[in-house]
Amino acid sequence: MNLSFRRVAAMCLRHLYILKGSWPRVLEMAYWPAVNMVMWGFTSQFFAANSTWVARASGVLIGAVILWDVMFRGNLGVALSFLEEMWSRNLGHLSVSPLRPFELVVSMLCMSLVRTLIGVLPAALLAIPLYHYSLFTLGLPLIAFWFSLMVSGWAIGLGVAALVLRFGLGAESLAWVLIFAIAPLAGIYYPIATLPDWLRPVAWALPPAHVFEGMRSIMLDGVVRVDLLLSALGLDALYLTAGVVVFLRVWHGARVRGALLDVGE
Amino acid sequence: MTAAIAVRAVAKSFGAVRAVDDISFDVPMGSTTALLGGNGAGKTTTLSMLLGLLIPTSGSITVLGEDMVRHRYRVLPRLNFSSPYVDLPHRLTVRQNLTVYGHLYGVAGLKDRIGELADELNLGEFIDRPAGKLSAGQKTRVALAKALLNTPDLLLLDEPTASLDPDTADWMRGYFQGYCRRVGATILLASHNMTEVERMCDQVLIMKQGRLVDRGSPAELIARFGRDTMEEVFLDIARDRRRAPEGDGS
Repeated sequence: MNLSFRRVAAMCLRHLYILKGSWPRVLEMAYWPAVNMVMWGFTSQFFAANSTWVARASGVLIGAVILWDVMFRGNLGVALSFLEEMWSRNLGHLSVSPLRPFELVVSMLCMSLVRTLIGVLPAALLAIPLYHYSLFTLGLPLIAFWFSLMVSGWAIGLGVAALVLRFGLGAESLAWVLIFAIAPLAGIYYPIATLPDWLRPVAWALPPAHVFEGMRSIMLDGVVRVDLLLSALGLDALYLTAGVVVFLRVWHGARVRGALLDVGE
Repeated sequence: MTAAIAVRAVAKSFGAVRAVDDISFDVPMGSTTALLGGNGAGKTTTLSMLLGLLIPTSGSITVLGEDMVRHRYRVLPRLNFSSPYVDLPHRLTVRQNLTVYGHLYGVAGLKDRIGELADELNLGEFIDRPAGKLSAGQKTRVALAKALLNTPDLLLLDEPTASLDPDTADWMRGYFQGYCRRVGATILLASHNMTEVERMCDQVLIMKQGRLVDRGSPAELIARFGRDTMEEVFLDIARDRRRAPEGDGS
């Protein structure tokens, strides 16, 4: 595959210009993860005093909140980068430029990383002085958790972008809501064992279930579950490949249907 | 003369609707050709297929020697496109938009090239303003600057002087003619402005209901239809008032 980093960088530059020109957008990215973390921080403090399970590791809920936001922001970063092109009716120009669809995908993933860092890092840092909890005490596995959740978010974001390209901007709200369909199955705040027996295989088919179980294993038992990390990354590879393939196929379909010029608000 | 664009038996259907029906034509290298037709004639569909935005149902399209369906990325750096119906990102300034597209097209000496186009197209007073806050005429000039960034060998223009005042539009036509002479570029334009077509074009292709119904130089068509202007020729064809006494458009 012929990938040009110059063209990928050009697309990233296009989105960085938007961020540079709008501090409210940057603030908005960090706002909700920070508010969410503060709210769950107080909830954690309450549970730590009233629940033996949480008391074993008071940061378990805060860590879960921050890591879930990694996945949510990963998804939103991809979807919003694509929606920006739809909103500005720019897809026509991009489609006749030398930019290849795969390069567009890579640029959306890069921008998702930037948006996720801007969104989640302040919340993670804020948790240290506020609740004496540092996500960074997870050590090296944190990098794998972060990466795995972000890739899961990317896969969903690409699915959302494909749906918006196929069905138009009427589907744009999926960028914010689709990911929540898997939240109950991801075991963010509770072990997968809490789910009914018949639902557990579905949960284990999702990378975040492995990540959050892995996180709890470190925080509650002090055990790094490499098996969980590897299975999460393996599933991520599968879902991301599926996301890319679906997006590229829908893109091709848009060329058959003539949809690339007819998009916009 | 080598063809910059060679279209052979191209058709495009959307379900049961035949938007373009078995058209064939050549656009000679270095020429300026107009694609004319009323609304729904199939011009936009044809332009989209030439750009590779739309895949034909059947037939072949060769642009600058490359098959546009299979090898469009070989040729895309050498062509460009402008349409008043496709916007540039509104929140980016004109300079930022040109910078992004300059990088996408791999333009060497990009800052100088943007400065050059800003001077030539008189963008200076609003080059650092967001593209979404420009007047329609200013947007058209910016879209043309974007279309000229990579000094294309082939320019596909959809109503290139729409929204421009008559003075600026006239200047723009002169600019395009000068550009073609200087670079040896080929232009294919879709326009409803028949004065523009008469002044700029060596060849005219007229579409109706998805088919090519006539072609020739503006002078040939005017003579064949016994009219004084291309506007009258266009109306004759659009309203089926008179058929050309010779030439069947094939």
